[in-house]
Amino acid sequence: MTRIPVAKTYKIYIGGKFPRTESGRYFPLEDGKGNVIANMCRGSRKDFRNAVVAARNAQPGWAKASAYLRGQILYRIAEMLEGRRDQFIGELRLQGATQRAAEKEVDLAIDRLIYFAGWADKYQQVFSAVNPVSSAHFNFSVLEPTGVVSILAPDDTSLLGLVSNVAPAIAGGNTCIVLASESKPLCAVSFAEVLHASDVPGGVVNILTGFRSELVEQFASHMDVNAIVYCDGGKKVATSVQQLAAENVKRVVKRTRVDWTRDDAQDPYLIRDTQEVKTTWHPIGT
Amino acid sequence: MATPDNKLAFDGGWEYAPAPESTDHVTIRKRYGLFINGEFVAPEKGRYFDTLNPATEEKLSRVAEASAADVDKAVKAARDAYRNVWSRMKPAERGKYIYRIARIIQERAREFAAIESLDGGKPIRESRDVDIPLAAAHFFYYAGWADKLEYAFPGRKPRPLGVAGQIIPWNFPMLMAAWKLAPALACGNTVVLKPAETTPLTALKLAEVIRDAGLPPGVVNIVTGAGPTGAALVEHPGVDKIAFTGSTNVGKIIQRALAGTSKKYTLELGGKAANIVFADAAIDQAVEGIVNGIFFNQGHVCCAGSRLFVQESVADEVISKLKDRMETLIVGDPMDKNTDIGAINSKMQLEKIESYLKIGQQEGGEMYQSACRVPKQGYWCRPTLFTGVSQSNRVVQEEIFGPVLAIQTFRRFDEAITKANNTPYGLSGGVWTDKGSKIFKMTQSLRAGVVWANTFNKFDPASPFGGYKESGVGREGGLHGLDAYLDLGAHR
Repeated sequence: MTRIPVAKTYKIYIGGKFPRTESGRYFPLEDGKGNVIANMCRGSRKDFRNAVVAARNAQPGWAKASAYLRGQILYRIAEMLEGRRDQFIGELRLQGATQRAAEKEVDLAIDRLIYFAGWADKYQQVFSAVNPVSSAHFNFSVLEPTGVVSILAPDDTSLLGLVSNVAPAIAGGNTCIVLASESKPLCAVSFAEVLHASDVPGGVVNILTGFRSELVEQFASHMDVNAIVYCDGGKKVATSVQQLAAENVKRVVKRTRVDWTRDDAQDPYLIRDTQEVKTTWHPIGT
Repeated sequence: MATPDNKLAFDGGWEYAPAPESTDHVTIRKRYGLFINGEFVAPEKGRYFDTLNPATEEKLSRVAEASAADVDKAVKAARDAYRNVWSRMKPAERGKYIYRIARIIQERAREFAAIESLDGGKPIRESRDVDIPLAAAHFFYYAGWADKLEYAFPGRKPRPLGVAGQIIPWNFPMLMAAWKLAPALACGNTVVLKPAETTPLTALKLAEVIRDAGLPPGVVNIVTGAGPTGAALVEHPGVDKIAFTGSTNVGKIIQRALAGTSKKYTLELGGKAANIVFADAAIDQAVEGIVNGIFFNQGHVCCAGSRLFVQESVADEVISKLKDRMETLIVGDPMDKNTDIGAINSKMQLEKIESYLKIGQQEGGEMYQSACRVPKQGYWCRPTLFTGVSQSNRVVQEEIFGPVLAIQTFRRFDEAITKANNTPYGLSGGVWTDKGSKIFKMTQSLRAGVVWANTFNKFDPASPFGGYKESGVGREGGLHGLDAYLDLGAHR
């Protein structure tokens, strides 16, 4: 008699916990042959609002963590992902990837985390400045995190697109709420489990699954979100996101048609996209 | 602490004799056209509007009102100049043109200062010592960047955006024109600039400078007019970038209007800066800083220190000294070199400020104004402060853009931070304390783009300026100000 395998319940990730969507709704994820792989949470606007509260509460602490610590935690995420490599390859295959493509995607995602782990304590030095003002002041500009960032992850990749957008945001001290790929949501939830095991404080990354068309307005308009990073979507989405973002002068970062597998899809400017420049004036005198 | 015994008698018999800046060297034409493609041209619809001296309410000149057709002409001129001349020029040569502008402004500085004060109402001391020298310095600073841009952005090959549409406010007319033009030109863009309708004259004089500097026609175009002219510029499909300085409300309208287009934008919007005084601060210096923070330029400053937070143990002393200092401020003729506070920029702005004075009192705040005399003619507001206000009061939350200070107290460090950050704005802030570690904890905790420690309202071309949250997007000034006018070719 063969053993019955235990199937996983895919839930969402808010404030370091794995609740089901408060709405109680689901959507079935099917493989190419129409078999149901999983019942995914169809996240609601209320889920999003809860996630914003968690992200806001976590933000000051995460921003205050030393750059060294943030780098180590990002590195730890990579370690945890490496350990679960096979699980992610399996999930990617379930969602239609070839073995080779799945391996490549997981490996790139791990390496991307290492890449941004290394930047955590370096981008500040690259982008900061001491400014030679004419008066007797010591004047310098540094980067600070924008705050709470909402991220609409790309749809065409389950893991790599998500990682490529989350890593630069949190490396820079932001907290975020991510909407996973709608068509390939499995890896996002498993990635939340990786985060959970990696000393990432609860609330730093919050991950929802669900329908983009249902949630995009909330992601763009919420008054306690400081920036929105949106990947892909047509002109209609772009227009709507930017219009709604104006409500509280959100920073809008558009990343469309990026091939996340490319080497040049990673650079410190992705961190800078969700940073503010703060300039401090300090008198020089006795 | 000031007591009746040692209090100085500022209301004594001594008065300053008038010390007016001479204006015989100043030429203002009776009428100005639009500066398009290197020459002054009449507006298509033939409409002109008056620009007034807010201190006398007398007409200074008539200025063309640009319609959508004029804006279109200006954008086309800018596009041609971009395509055929400016983008093909060697960057070092571009830089030399900008250096020329800086030099001519320096040569004609006093004339510019006088016109700035006549047209905008700001004290000649400020236009002479702050606005105009900083404007020249800004051109000088950015001129040198023109051939060094690749060093500013490691790993990138920066390219110009094309035609920049720029809309500037009335509080620092010439300085804002410099803030906008200098980096745009240095980065290789051409420009259509719209000055504010109440203060167009120095921008039009700047057009003369640009012509005299020999800039190729169409590289800089200046179109005057009000809201509709600005809207035509924002909506023009031939513009690649919008840079706007003004109110948060208009900034949001612009951000919405640009949705779905590929235009880049930077917004420098409103503020409600917290100026925080700790008990261990040098109190007399702090009082000077408070005065400079809120009464500089009649409080028409987006980064004005309009919310004062004083640690409770020194609140009485600070407020008492502040009131004494307010009594010494001279409100009056902007052209008088002794004047501290000039005229409110326009009748509309004066009405707005006065409405807030009423609101503040209706909300239960206690209003104090200095006892100074103000001229009969013109638009004036005495330096004003409110005590007994709370976080939810409108005079605490909303940008008044006038010489009106709202004072609150605090006990603990965290309380000061919480109150200071409790605003949709995040442009600037100030902190006064003698303790270095406290300064840096404070400057790190304030959610604002510019923080002054034991000083306030300092500006420099090398120093990036711009806001967090609803105070805007992007930076102006310094290396970081280049980003607004370049395509870095990254993931967009």
